[in-house]
Amino acid sequence: MPDPYLPHEVEILERIQESPTIFTLRLAFTDPEMQARYRFQPGQFNMVYLYGVGEVPISIVSDPEDEHLIDHTIRAVGRVTQGLARLGKGARLGLRGPYGRGWPLKLAEGRDIVLLTGGLGCAPVVSVIHYILRRRERFGRLTILQGVKHTDDLIWRAQYEAWSRLPDVQVGLAADVGSPGWFGQVGPVTVLFDRVQFGPGALMMMCGPEPMMRAAVQELLRRGVAEEDLWLSMERSMHCAIGHCGHCQMGGNFVCRDGPVFPYPEIQALLGERGF
Amino acid sequence: MAAPGFLPRPYLQHLLAALTAAGYLCLGPKVRDGAIVYEELGSADDLPRGVHDHQQPGAYRLHRDESPRCFSWANGPQALKPLLFAPREILWTSAAGSDGGITFHPEIPEALPTAVIGVRACDLAALRLQDQHFLEGPSPDPHYGVRRRNLFLVAVHCTHPAATCFCASTGDGPRAESGFDLALAELDEGFVVTAGSPKGEALLGQLPLEALDPVQQATADGEIVAAAQAQQRALPSRNLRDGLFANLHHPRWDDVAQRCLSCTNCTSVCPTCFCHAEMEEPALDGLSSTHYRQWDSCFTEGHSAIHGIVIRADTRLRYRQWLTHKLGSWHDQYGRSGCVGCGRCIAWCPAGIDITAEATAVCGGDHA
Repeated sequence: MPDPYLPHEVEILERIQESPTIFTLRLAFTDPEMQARYRFQPGQFNMVYLYGVGEVPISIVSDPEDEHLIDHTIRAVGRVTQGLARLGKGARLGLRGPYGRGWPLKLAEGRDIVLLTGGLGCAPVVSVIHYILRRRERFGRLTILQGVKHTDDLIWRAQYEAWSRLPDVQVGLAADVGSPGWFGQVGPVTVLFDRVQFGPGALMMMCGPEPMMRAAVQELLRRGVAEEDLWLSMERSMHCAIGHCGHCQMGGNFVCRDGPVFPYPEIQALLGERGF
Repeated sequence: MAAPGFLPRPYLQHLLAALTAAGYLCLGPKVRDGAIVYEELGSADDLPRGVHDHQQPGAYRLHRDESPRCFSWANGPQALKPLLFAPREILWTSAAGSDGGITFHPEIPEALPTAVIGVRACDLAALRLQDQHFLEGPSPDPHYGVRRRNLFLVAVHCTHPAATCFCASTGDGPRAESGFDLALAELDEGFVVTAGSPKGEALLGQLPLEALDPVQQATADGEIVAAAQAQQRALPSRNLRDGLFANLHHPRWDDVAQRCLSCTNCTSVCPTCFCHAEMEEPALDGLSSTHYRQWDSCFTEGHSAIHGIVIRADTRLRYRQWLTHKLGSWHDQYGRSGCVGCGRCIAWCPAGIDITAEATAVCGGDHA
């Protein structure tokens, strides 16, 4: 019986500082055979282990067809991530994965795509943006909407500007609190829906704080988007990532295994219900 | 399967001897610190002869009389769960190499073939649920698995339900129907022995059994039926999923939160609760580190904490999580309720909270 709890050694090939507290680690297994076997889908996550401290679930932001890279964009907020922030190229970590259900990219082919993110929720969705841009002919119009609390929370500003100049791509940015020089909208992320166009049957993928996703879901349903076209990436406490430890349960769903990406009808009953 | 036989009481030691000869470590009920616990049996004399229990919400006491019987009690605080899903164990270790590398070492436990004597129907049902959780999903747990494969189960049909028991209402007892290797029905003069597996049948063949008198079988069956009829508590239905989730804002959740201490006793004694935390303990010299897992509880703050947010910050939300999972969303996960009616959470709750009363109040008692 293979041991599903056991990590494997990876090396940091590159470290990119994205903002004062956000960084990207580019990882590869030190065992070339493991690296060659490793496959994932955008929206899935790995358990990343910092020696002597512990494991954390982190979504994968690299391209699934680039077999040399496993990229993780991380905000230093806890014991493990603050430790990870201090490591550089050549350092070793543990890794196991990938886990969970990723974004519905096959289902999305031939359709307009709306990606809606808040806060660092943009990280797991950036993998989808890259995925679509590299396979542009398979997808319709791409709309990228990002909400932040404060304007200086926005990372990858230059990236958003670059995306907005691409054909058939719309970018909308909104900050709850504006500031001088802010080039996006001021208000909740839902103010952006009036400023972009997407066709009927567009697929919505969203990630970020739950109040933001709930507000967006309500507004999109009001505008006639079908419930099954709304996909949400959920975040819960995770220790094992394989549906054993119980921390991530949301009703009958183990978010680690049944999610983290869910079609809205599967979590509708408990979304926004305090305590679940 | 071989026909049941009768094992006269003086020959009970032969059962232990046969199990020992077959290579099993024999565990069974013993009295320690005022409670029935499952520990290694030196001989059949270690069994709790003449011991009876008195259980009420928030109360558990033993007393003795002159009865020759060894299994005249309802379950104590623990039985099978800690033997398979260890309260704390090493999952793996890691070591730092001089080149900055990390090596990882699995720590799959060495499990001795173990026979447990005196397993009750409720605990067999709970074992079935733990098997589903740890072994039958996409990522089987090798730690649980190695212990499970080495287990030999000798069930004893329950004839002495406590006031806290309600296995008849959950459909899990008091008769052990399946999931055992051997089952015993205890009478004053001995035991009706039935095999439930090929392993059990082989062992049964080694016992000095007498022909079973139909009167003995009828007496044994009658005691089990009476044990079901004697139960004082019941859940209102075997499926409360819809009733619970339709009543997430019932005032009873506030009421129970005033009484619940969030102490985690209920989840510790529950034979089906599976939550556990993973934690890391680095060696002081920095050369190695040990990754543990330890039972966790949805009644703790840490259980639902993610950076900056605690999903269940108060007792009302934690009790509601426990009950809606145990009796509700468990149906979505494993096709039945997660409660087997053992009543431990009632007896071992220091506030005497009764799961059957809380579920009945929340669901309004109108669920047929």
